[in-house]
Amino acid sequence: MKSNNYNTIFLEDERVDGADKVNGKAKYTAEHNLPNLAYAVFVTSTIAKGTIKSIDTSKALAMPGVLDIIYYGNCPVVPGYISNAAERPKNVFEWRGHKVLYDNIVRFFGQPIALVVADTFENANAAVRFVKTDYQAEKFETNFNKARLIPANLKSTVNYKRGTEKKFKETNFFVEAEYNIPIEVHNAMELFATIAHWEAEDKVTLYDKTQGPKSTQSTIAKTFGLPDKNVRVIAENVGGGFGSALRSWSNVPAACIAAKKLKRPVKLVLTRPQMFTLVGYRPQSWQKIGLGADAAGNFIGISHEAISNTSRYEDFREGIVNVSKFLYACENVDTKYSVLPLDLSTPIWMRGPGEATGCFALESAIDELSYKLKMDPIQLRIKNFTTVNPENKLPFSDINIKDCYAYGMEKIGWKNRPSIPGTIKENGWLIGYGMSVGVFGAGKGSASVRIVLSNDGKLLLECAVSDMGPGTTTSMTMIAAEAMQMPIQKIKFKLGDSDLPPGPSQGGSGTTSTVGSAVDLACKTVQQKLKELAIQYAPPFASTTADALEVKNEMVVLKKDANTKIDISTLFKLANQEKIDLTINSNGKNAEQLKYTSNSFSAHFVKLGVNAKDGTIKVLNVVTTGDAGKIISPKTARSQMLGGVVGGIGMALTEKVDIDQLTGQIINASFGAYHVPLHSQAPPTDVWFVNKPDMNMNEIGAKGIGEIALIGFAAALANAVYNATGKRVRDLPITPEKLGYKTAKA
Amino acid sequence: MKPCNQHDGRRGFLKKSASIAALYFTPTSLVKTFAMDAIVPLPIAKEKLAITINGQLMNLEIDARTTLLNLLREDLSYTGTKKGCEMGQCGACTIHINGKRTKSCVQLALSNQNNKITTIEGLSDGVNLHPMQAAFLKNDAFQCGYCTSGQIMSAVACVREGNANSRKSIQAYMDTNICRCGAYQNIVDAIEEVAKTGAKI
Repeated sequence: MKSNNYNTIFLEDERVDGADKVNGKAKYTAEHNLPNLAYAVFVTSTIAKGTIKSIDTSKALAMPGVLDIIYYGNCPVVPGYISNAAERPKNVFEWRGHKVLYDNIVRFFGQPIALVVADTFENANAAVRFVKTDYQAEKFETNFNKARLIPANLKSTVNYKRGTEKKFKETNFFVEAEYNIPIEVHNAMELFATIAHWEAEDKVTLYDKTQGPKSTQSTIAKTFGLPDKNVRVIAENVGGGFGSALRSWSNVPAACIAAKKLKRPVKLVLTRPQMFTLVGYRPQSWQKIGLGADAAGNFIGISHEAISNTSRYEDFREGIVNVSKFLYACENVDTKYSVLPLDLSTPIWMRGPGEATGCFALESAIDELSYKLKMDPIQLRIKNFTTVNPENKLPFSDINIKDCYAYGMEKIGWKNRPSIPGTIKENGWLIGYGMSVGVFGAGKGSASVRIVLSNDGKLLLECAVSDMGPGTTTSMTMIAAEAMQMPIQKIKFKLGDSDLPPGPSQGGSGTTSTVGSAVDLACKTVQQKLKELAIQYAPPFASTTADALEVKNEMVVLKKDANTKIDISTLFKLANQEKIDLTINSNGKNAEQLKYTSNSFSAHFVKLGVNAKDGTIKVLNVVTTGDAGKIISPKTARSQMLGGVVGGIGMALTEKVDIDQLTGQIINASFGAYHVPLHSQAPPTDVWFVNKPDMNMNEIGAKGIGEIALIGFAAALANAVYNATGKRVRDLPITPEKLGYKTAKA
Repeated sequence: MKPCNQHDGRRGFLKKSASIAALYFTPTSLVKTFAMDAIVPLPIAKEKLAITINGQLMNLEIDARTTLLNLLREDLSYTGTKKGCEMGQCGACTIHINGKRTKSCVQLALSNQNNKITTIEGLSDGVNLHPMQAAFLKNDAFQCGYCTSGQIMSAVACVREGNANSRKSIQAYMDTNICRCGAYQNIVDAIEEVAKTGAKI
């Protein structure tokens, strides 16, 4: 897949920061070495709910190298931990979430209750076991399926209603069913880590795994009562996030508290089991979807109910029912969404977030309806296609999902799909085809970018955004290269440091649009400055106007006569300046852009086999397509889509957190027991983009793809399983047992 | 390190390591239930270790409990080798010990007396990328880059061991290495490309 928009400028399309990632030089959070560094390890609770009667640290404190053990009994006052607003200093906000090391209350199994700090990792780790805790355990509830049945347990219900009563339920073409998705965990490969270093009583530098250096800076500043500028957050390389690093978790204040108390830098790295309990997860959810259509397949109404779990101490909600409101033309829509507090830690957005959850149900229901209508599911979707968002009545800035259907049908071999399920069998495998759609909002926010063009022709851009893997550094460099018409080798894009001009957190598929627009604007501003300098200082341009000039190949050129040109270093000499150094602010959508509603779309196509003997599912082929405006960096964009498919296979087939309901403990908190997809589970995948700039959306015509890569995929797979077997599985992950096969005994 | 006390050191270490390992890896629940008060923390002696890392012989004095991974990352600043699980399950810490791919997180450093270690930092000649590194870069065989060192170390071994004959075989031998970003297809592309050149890597 090659983009047509780039030509000679891009002789290389490799990641600009890729060499350091393949030779081991790229430094991630825990890899920064500071003099006199101390190591911290959490002691975690072994009950799910209750109070700690006492903590005996004496034995652990006596162990070699142990410097301190911090817990509620000796934790210094953290201004942001004070609940009473009247007692909090004005510049302090109350810490959102679990106030680690603050009180003796246990809210979930595995909650940090103390922090051992020692001179080495080994000494800290060894002492953890010798911290003795006495609990007063209380009755807890971690059973989602049980608790959701009691209406009084549900809270924060939000209803939405459009159109009239649910008459559609009386039609012959109506499907209604319940869908369940278990807790899934992001499990980025890099363990969460924080290194805190107080350079002065009121000044701290943090190396932190975060998707938002600015957001972490602000959170810690407001928690410790510091001016933002006194908190520096460095996240140069982020080893995956998938949403989990969109907020600061307990590791950040814990490291800050310890480093401040001990007056030396402290490093706190979570363990893999702690990655299951301390840094969020996709909440467990229950959904019920009703979908009715007339005989021609026109949707008459959709009802979509959802419940997802949250913790006892915070409400977490996401866009589970949103997609049902706007993806298809439908007059009558009812949605209802509640959260269910359980004695677990707080969830957070996980790739695709609520839309991935919602799309699994909606896109499964559409598939089910298509069989009832005896209609091709793609034709059914086309029948209900709309160019106007039925929820907010605004036209989509662009929508080319039908192009995705056409490509996917062709490539997956849709014509071979049996219209009656379970009718194709090859070498003992039942063959099935399925597809589904994904959609996610495409936003554009504000961002600032510093741009420095030096007289040696080098261009430096800076923004405090982070890059957790999608290739932001690369795509921003490419946007600058195209805007400036100069080689990428001369451009450096710096990110991952809160000291740089403010940029957004990397999440919600917004980085390319938001920061890309700022980079584009910054480059255009510099070009304008160059043209003005040429007119002012270079005699051949004296009588021209900026409109008559262009900047390319590091020269200012007269459009009409390419021989009238001046290179940048000569121009800087004439103007007697060394560089142009500006900080440019780019705003969110302008009035014209706000006349539209913007989304990225995807369509996923799956061909799979189900072993007729034992129910093993083998994904044979995947075609994944994206409609997300212009594709800035084709290579990294393709990789994101491939990653979405692998993540989607995990969601559909392998991933599920198991909680022991007797203790409230997650019992499969490791890669050995919580199965993320492996090499051999990644199917041959064809990636395709419409690659048409959406100029109604932003100045660069590009929309995000990180979320749509995964959203809908689980439904495509479930629909293919139905096509292969005639069995509709509505509870993820899909396993042979759920297809009616008995598990083979080991 | 002198050969004469190596024998004693090793035996002494083995003795200690049994009890240390028991302590270090005993599940919390067991310690709590049976012997919390009975277990007495052992004084941790420094032990001598002679080890060659990326061609450089090092004579070290280390904490007996240190894993090879922590020795590399924390004590010697070879941070190219990654920590992903400390249970030998993810492969991010894969290195070569005497040419064999091994997960360094489940190795005590001391069990590598006189061993030759190659990490990602020692794979290339220091000027040009190793062919596998170059192929990973070309095929965009990573996103966040955190599992990449381990993937590459495994990939090199996969080719050297003669297991890169088909995509299926590559996948089977690379199942030891998790990539949560899902770059698997590109990783296999990269390995296949290197294997097809037939070059000795």
